[in-house]
Amino acid sequence: MYSNAIKLIIITFQVLLLSGCAGRVALLPGEVPPMHTVSEFSDDENVSRTRDPWEGLNRSMYKFNYEVDRFVLLPVVTGYEKAVPGFARTGVSNFFGNLREIRTFYNCILQAKGKKSLVTLGRFVTNSTIGIGGLFDPATAFGMRREHEDFDRTLESWGVGTGPYLVLPILGPNTVRSAGGFAVDGGVRWAIANAIDPFGGTGAPTEIETGITGLETVDLRYRESFRYYDSDYPFEYYMVRYIFSERRELTTIR
Amino acid sequence: MKIARSVLIVFLLLMPAFAWADDAVYRYPIDDSYAATILGTPQNLRPDTRVEVPVKTMVLETDQKKPEIFFYDRGLRYTVAFQDRKAPLIFLIAGTGGSSKSAKIVALITNLYHAGFHVIALPSPTFSNFIINASTTHVPGNLPEDANDLYRVMEQIWSQSKGRIDVTDFSLAGYSLGGTEAAFIARLDEERKVFDFRRVLMLNPAVSLYTSASRIEGLLERIPGGPRRIGAFYNRVMEKSTEYYRKGDFVAIDDDFLFAAYKAQILNRDEAGGMIAVSFRISSAGMIFASDVMTHGGYVVPKNRELKNSDLLEDYFWTCLHLSFLDYFNEYFIPYLQNRRPGLTKEELLEALSLKSIESYLASSAKIGVITNEDDFILAPGELDYLRRVFGPRLKVYPRGGHLGNLEYRDNMAFLIDRLRSSTW
Repeated sequence: MYSNAIKLIIITFQVLLLSGCAGRVALLPGEVPPMHTVSEFSDDENVSRTRDPWEGLNRSMYKFNYEVDRFVLLPVVTGYEKAVPGFARTGVSNFFGNLREIRTFYNCILQAKGKKSLVTLGRFVTNSTIGIGGLFDPATAFGMRREHEDFDRTLESWGVGTGPYLVLPILGPNTVRSAGGFAVDGGVRWAIANAIDPFGGTGAPTEIETGITGLETVDLRYRESFRYYDSDYPFEYYMVRYIFSERRELTTIR
Repeated sequence: MKIARSVLIVFLLLMPAFAWADDAVYRYPIDDSYAATILGTPQNLRPDTRVEVPVKTMVLETDQKKPEIFFYDRGLRYTVAFQDRKAPLIFLIAGTGGSSKSAKIVALITNLYHAGFHVIALPSPTFSNFIINASTTHVPGNLPEDANDLYRVMEQIWSQSKGRIDVTDFSLAGYSLGGTEAAFIARLDEERKVFDFRRVLMLNPAVSLYTSASRIEGLLERIPGGPRRIGAFYNRVMEKSTEYYRKGDFVAIDDDFLFAAYKAQILNRDEAGGMIAVSFRISSAGMIFASDVMTHGGYVVPKNRELKNSDLLEDYFWTCLHLSFLDYFNEYFIPYLQNRRPGLTKEELLEALSLKSIESYLASSAKIGVITNEDDFILAPGELDYLRRVFGPRLKVYPRGGHLGNLEYRDNMAFLIDRLRSSTW
């Protein structure tokens, strides 16, 4: 599944690379200079510290995600909301949240975060048993707070820099490092699933796995309230980029 | 005895007058006008409105030809919450740069729906989506024209909606610049009579657009280095806040965090004021850019350039953030209007963009009321007295709350709803 996703990412990038990138704003021949330009305001400190050398590409990807949302994902989410009752949707979210505890767990270990890894293990065991395979989340009620760790943060703890800003297809705002982290976490998960082979005896393991990945994608989109271009603000791209990096910084503090 | 009594009398006479007025019973908790504006009302002091509100975003399709850069824009977006029975309908108008889903509008929709109104909320004419789709000139700020555009849009939305809802009568409310616009719309409605508004409420309105914009822009004069250094100023405020967040045990950037930061006085008064002005600049940057692109005005974008989606806009963003509303006004807005009406002076124009231009109507119309605060800093000295003179008993002034900080406070909301329901002020 994940190798397919990565293939899709690479192909989309190649298409966008060929479609050309835009340059800096300079006056082209025949253009009338505007009354105000940015050069007047170069004495102020820059606010955004996010490096974004592939902005033209990222903006195209941003638009691509908007179209995917509009024509595919959001209609599916709307159908999902209509067809599946609220308590079941919460169960689905809990179930995938519980699976992600595995990712948090091994990344806590890689970062030598003892307490967090124990809490996460406790949560996983509690929710997988009392919480009936992760459909419910009694661990939170017992005071075990959900932690969030992934390979991106492990790389960070190892001193790897974020790299430039990168808008990924479907997944949206990322950095080169978080995209790499995502790929590694996906690979680990694929390896675990292969080793356990939970659907090996069903006769249609690929179909079941595809269904599960699909459901997880729908669940992810269902829980994320962000909508591309919903602010109607002409500079939304920059606001999103800024908020993404600030949020990243704040969660790192925790 | 006698001495004690005269001491007491002198003491009473020396007490400031406001201590005897509303203040004695008004319990909105934030004294500082800038802090109130930023923080709003603590959750536990808001009205209890735990009802499911059927909020829907609607699109009014317009036939504007749009530049490629606004490809995502598919029409004017407005927000509704309709009752399933016969009820009064209220139109809401957002403040400067506000969409029909801005936080204040959502709060008003929730409370008014809860109080039994059908609600239709519109973005501000200074909001890019409105500039692109609904503004005849694409140059916002000319209040009589903006009111005209709003009225036309309201008529179109009403003709789309009337088959679906049962309406007893119409009211209108707006906050901030939207409050000022509501007054102009009310006067227009007296001629056109499409809605024949029963009640019109102006919430923390500007008396004069130019004066209020100057007051907010003036807050940037007090940051280190002045308005040209808003980037540096913003970074420093963010560093301070991040530092505070790092030290405390906060779960998220939420109300709890903001109130704790306020109590710990993380920002001084000048910094709080500066942040209000920065957020105003963020709004006006969108307005300036959208207007310039739509009119090919050559203000920040070369006149004859057609922007494409993959074009980088960061330089325009940075430029627009550093232009004040007054720059827009003096360098772009006035020349545009003078071009259309040669001989128009700035003084005449400023007069036309003030409540003073429709003063006699406002003074005589019993349906219009104003709610504002003693410490609303968008009003210049003397403007509150002006409102008192014009509106008399139809003006309600709270002792504190800054600019709209107390809008959601339960006393305020109860009063607002009560005024909308009653037939006399």
